[in-house]
Amino acid sequence: MAPFRSYEHLLRLAALFAVGATLFLGLRWLLVPSDYGRFGPYRAAALAANQARPIVYAGQLACVDCHSDVAELRKTNAHERIGCESCHGPLAAHAADPANAAIRPDPRGTCGVCHVPDVAKPRGFKTVNFAEHAEPGSCTSCHPAHAPKL
Amino acid sequence: MPAPDRRAFLLQTGKLIVLTASAAAAWDYVVAGQPENAPDYDASAHWWAMIIDVERCIGCGRCVQACKAENGVSTEPSYFRTWVERYEIDPADPEHPRVESPNGGYDGFPENTKAGVKTFFVPKLCNHCADSPCVQVCPVGATFQTPDGVVLVDKEYCLGCRYCVQACPYGCRYIDPETHTADKCTLCYHRITKGLQTACVEVCPTGARYLGDLKNPGDPIHEFLRTHMVQVLKPQMATHPKTFYNGLDGAVR
Repeated sequence: MAPFRSYEHLLRLAALFAVGATLFLGLRWLLVPSDYGRFGPYRAAALAANQARPIVYAGQLACVDCHSDVAELRKTNAHERIGCESCHGPLAAHAADPANAAIRPDPRGTCGVCHVPDVAKPRGFKTVNFAEHAEPGSCTSCHPAHAPKL
Repeated sequence: MPAPDRRAFLLQTGKLIVLTASAAAAWDYVVAGQPENAPDYDASAHWWAMIIDVERCIGCGRCVQACKAENGVSTEPSYFRTWVERYEIDPADPEHPRVESPNGGYDGFPENTKAGVKTFFVPKLCNHCADSPCVQVCPVGATFQTPDGVVLVDKEYCLGCRYCVQACPYGCRYIDPETHTADKCTLCYHRITKGLQTACVEVCPTGARYLGDLKNPGDPIHEFLRTHMVQVLKPQMATHPKTFYNGLDGAVR
């Protein structure tokens, strides 16, 4: 069998392949973040970025930590299980530093958010026709919000 | 290959095989001599799910407001991570329900006293599907499922190509008008990883929402799922959602 003489074209091909592979690996090294693929096909740092966002609602436990008297007052009444921040709004800033005063909710408007009549509401949910029932005064003068009675 | 490289490779591979995802994340801090800085939240020990009790929703829109406040979502209409729909079904034409969601229910709903129709509220949010189409279509890996089952967006990596917005069968995604990247419900990932409830669960006055951990055998979610007839939205899409609806009407899409 004749020796294999003509191999220059193969060398050229191999060189081309080597250049291409180097280019590919180099670009990949440059463009793919180092933490990509640690947990799956995404940047692992994205988990920490999503976790690092600031908290706006302090959470019920933080409220009750100081205001245990209100928690006591609300026990066994219809509003017992409602989160404080449901009516009082986001209070993480207040929980972190009580100097940031919590806003007192406007009674009439706040009650109306839940208690306006609507046939789509579950049966048995207490609603009231605000225009007919209530005098222009505040709901809470008769129905204390933390211990509502009918 | 020189010996040190092989060693590094074996170490890296061994680390990934032996350690769980969260331990692998902590490992870097341990090696750096600062184990105290390692995150103590073990993502692989949780598998988050949400229960929506339709029969308890009063359509007050507190969840919509809290979600926007907690996550800094634009208050313009049409940007919602969670929203509430009011269904109205005429018994004579049950196939064509009337659905309305004025500003996503942010300001509540206009008073409705119509008699003779079937009507109820349905809160919606990202279903955090176990086989999520939005994750599958992302061309760059900017949206993904975390080890604890939450579908998140990597806003630094997202191109804003809108593939995922189209792919979501539940309409849960939008393009952030400020960053022009995809955005969606994160199941308040910054809260649940610190032991808090999601903002929507926190403020729901009737307990219509419940955040549960399917990997925690002591979580009441197991008891709830066992004793209630729950459904997921669009099961025919095979997305395997982890948002379960109790008392859901068949007309809801």
